Amino acid sequence: MTGSILDTFFEECEELLEAMDAGLAAIEEGDQDPETVNAVFRAVHSIKGGAGAFGLDDLVAFAHNFETVFDDVRSNKLELDEKLIQLLFRASDHLSDLVTCARDGGEADQAHHDVLIAALGEYIDGEEEELVFEPMGVGATFDPTPLAEVQEARYDIRFHPLKEMFDTGNEPYFLFQALSDLGALSVRLDDSELPGFEAMEDGESYLSWELTLVTSESRSAIEAVFEFVEGLCELSISSEGEEEDDADALAALNAAFGLAPAEEENALALPLEPPTPETDETPAPAPAPVEAEAAADMEPDAEPEKAAEKTAEAKKETAKSSGPKPTLRVELDRVDRLINAVGELIINHSMLAQQIANLDVTDTRDVETELEGFKNLARDIQEGVMAIRAQPVKPLFQRMARIVREASAATGKTAKLITIGETTEVDKTVIERLADPLTHILRNAVDHGIEKPDVRAAAGKGKVGEIRLTAAHRSGSVCIEVKDDGAGLNRKKIRQIAIDKGLIPENAELNDGEIDNLLFLPGFSTATEISNLSGRGVGMDVVKNAVGALGGRVNISSTPGEGSVFSIILPLTLAVMDGMVVSVAGHTMVVPITAIVETMRGNDDMINNLGADGTLLSIRGSFVPICDVASSLGLRSSSHSEPAGVYLLVETENGDRCALAVDDIHDQRQVVIKSLDGVCGNVPGVSAATILGDGKIAMILDPESIVTASSSAAVFDTERRMNNAIAS
Amino acid sequence: MQLQAEAKHVEHSEFVSFTVAGQAFCLQITQIREIRRWQPVTVLPHAPADVLGVMNLRGAVIPIYDLSARFGLEQTAASERNVVIVVSVNDKPVGLLAEAVSEIISIDPDDIQETPQVDSRNTMDFIQGIISQNDEMVRIINLNAVISSREQVTQ
Amino acid sequence: MKTKVLAIDDSRTIRNLLAACLEEAGFEYHSAVDGREGVDLYPDIAPDVVITDINMPNLDGFGVIEELRGEEINSKVPILVLTTESSADLKARARSAGATGWITKPFDDDSLIFALKRVTGAVA
Repeated sequence: MTGSILDTFFEECEELLEAMDAGLAAIEEGDQDPETVNAVFRAVHSIKGGAGAFGLDDLVAFAHNFETVFDDVRSNKLELDEKLIQLLFRASDHLSDLVTCARDGGEADQAHHDVLIAALGEYIDGEEEELVFEPMGVGATFDPTPLAEVQEARYDIRFHPLKEMFDTGNEPYFLFQALSDLGALSVRLDDSELPGFEAMEDGESYLSWELTLVTSESRSAIEAVFEFVEGLCELSISSEGEEEDDADALAALNAAFGLAPAEEENALALPLEPPTPETDETPAPAPAPVEAEAAADMEPDAEPEKAAEKTAEAKKETAKSSGPKPTLRVELDRVDRLINAVGELIINHSMLAQQIANLDVTDTRDVETELEGFKNLARDIQEGVMAIRAQPVKPLFQRMARIVREASAATGKTAKLITIGETTEVDKTVIERLADPLTHILRNAVDHGIEKPDVRAAAGKGKVGEIRLTAAHRSGSVCIEVKDDGAGLNRKKIRQIAIDKGLIPENAELNDGEIDNLLFLPGFSTATEISNLSGRGVGMDVVKNAVGALGGRVNISSTPGEGSVFSIILPLTLAVMDGMVVSVAGHTMVVPITAIVETMRGNDDMINNLGADGTLLSIRGSFVPICDVASSLGLRSSSHSEPAGVYLLVETENGDRCALAVDDIHDQRQVVIKSLDGVCGNVPGVSAATILGDGKIAMILDPESIVTASSSAAVFDTERRMNNAIAS
Repeated sequence: MQLQAEAKHVEHSEFVSFTVAGQAFCLQITQIREIRRWQPVTVLPHAPADVLGVMNLRGAVIPIYDLSARFGLEQTAASERNVVIVVSVNDKPVGLLAEAVSEIISIDPDDIQETPQVDSRNTMDFIQGIISQNDEMVRIINLNAVISSREQVTQ
Repeated sequence: MKTKVLAIDDSRTIRNLLAACLEEAGFEYHSAVDGREGVDLYPDIAPDVVITDINMPNLDGFGVIEELRGEEINSKVPILVLTTESSADLKARARSAGATGWITKPFDDDSLIFALKRVTGAVA
């Protein structure tokens, strides 16, 4: 039970941390809305609250400091300047680390922790309470009484509620009941102050009680009972009580519990019983203060209640229209099962349709209409389910902005992160596992890529370094790219380090690409020489391994003086992709939209032969090689027998263009990518498969490899040269 | 699981027999996940003759092999009368096209004979034993050999 | 009939903790995710006691107390404020708004039940 609540807590923490980051980012962008500040405050506060419940003291203590500073921001005691914002970002980052440590075990960076605590401390008012989290109130009152006091003692208590006490919903009866739990209690009502009925003041409190408690509990336990009414009553507790008539203790108790309130109520002919938990629909009435309003309160008046309901209704409406979208957290397994079940539902539909068509019935129109409805519903469900697993990379990218800020601060450089393609949807698991490698690449980009401001200025660059983080679906893969405009890789240095560390022999002959890839070797880390920022004992090999574990690959390219590009290319396992559904030699296939530059209907005039086999498509005066998809996949022997219906102009990773010839285009839709890993080996020209609405599997084409496979390099080169010649 | 455990102690274990290119084969019942009627599959480009393609099994993409072609016999002209036997190898489902399922047979392990030496390498590797059932020879398929050799070829 | 508790807190963790403890102790548990929802649900649930957080979006805990005690609803239901703050200032504010008592987070089951007992008399 507690385990699952703890899980919920960590899940909630993730959401809260995300909300916190989004809030801080908005504040940094100049958001002045007090509600934004409030939202961040609440997030920290909730983390603290939950952490406290589970005794996660480190988390509580840090969250408390964070919260204290933020509370001053909230109440405008502190001004949010750039420096403070940066500190808050770092604090939020650290808070996230602490949450992770609490969840997965492990220790947060203590030095970093201390630095942040100290930095936050500078903003904290000296008069601030040392630690708010001392156990207080009710819990503390049950502290074990010292052994010496275990014997019973008698306490005389005089209790006179002030009329304000009744405004707070406190009720003497319940307090006495709580007292009676501590030991033997006798209660005597003192109604001597009670004036005649005519003289009674509205809402005034006339009654007092004299109580005697024999208990082994400490005095503080008794005081704890009256904790809520402290200051709302006259209370005296003495342990030197003398003569008390024990004989009528029971009678007095009865009087207190039943008759005392009844006496007042009798005056207004109200029910005798004290309020019990078993109240009906009417709100529990407070019997003690004698007032006309209270009486009105007791008798359910339909009219005002309806009115209240209406307002409540109206308020509900407004609450619905504003506020954040409610979310639901679901185990991934459940979603996956649903995805599979929906796939089956659609197949089921097509089977049903087939069988109805086979029936010997003349008029199937009605059934077909219903069946069409079934189909549409099944599609809706499928789309809905597909959308659950895929998530935009936006939250991940948001976190990365913080990494860059942090790294910039630590290295004394200025860099800004520009994110592109934030709405690109990637499978949730992939997003989660991308965080670490991306963090590392970005730290690396700031640390080793971006130059110091003066160096940049001298090189004629803007003082602020730019790092572009891009996500896109490309050629049936997810491509995440980190591009900086820094100095580019220092190949000479990389080579030297590799030699020094014994990774390559001194006389090794390596081309630029090979040198660049030395970065990914285990044991290669330039961190120590340059700064301690990216070096937490890990090198770029960790990035390579993490991406490799996702079935992807990392590429690096660099131009001296202009910067470096790290590309992470991931397979689309379970990701959602926009695809164009086409037919190729009678087969339905999907081409990633991102790869398509343009589509054109076929037209004989546009085709130009080149040599024996080559054909070029002329597009507005330029020529692009044609690649017949069917023959490239081995589904049709010759591409020349009939002209293709449609050409898809695609661009490959290295910028070459090619016109893919297909028979027809059906439509454009989102498809779920089903990896073929483990199903069959590498299929040339195909990156993955998907399941279409009719339950059939369609291949997702990889234009890149089709282009490569279709034309022998020589022919392709010839064509390209020709093309360039013609075009220029 | 239970069935397998029992097979060790109890004399008989159950097999499903089916025909492939007119010959009788069988698989242990515990190896089979389900049997489905043949439906056209999605062709994999450049695939060898015995890889028919892939099929959608409740949202999962599973490969379908033509057992006949796999055994070096003629390719099956698949039709709706044929069946796909879904087996699980290393937790991965794989579909095997067979002509038709015959029956469930109970076999005493002692009745299983070693495969006699014949001059057909392909078949030999995939058969782990033979039994006689109603005067007919039933070949027990070595599932791991069928699948793993296929994986090596396609990868 | 069980004693009905309406817990208002924007933290799912806290709501779960309250639910676990209160249901275990035999209370009938209802919850709302923010102050607005809490006040809106109040007439329908007609709880015997309300437990509310202070820091919440869409109407905070003070707002909840003010609305429940306000003319329109005019409820005398016991209201316990649930808060991590133990500062006297906050308690005073809650009390002047009409709160009956408070529970300090982190709470343990005993202190929670004890607080409920003092304002409803209910053990369950």
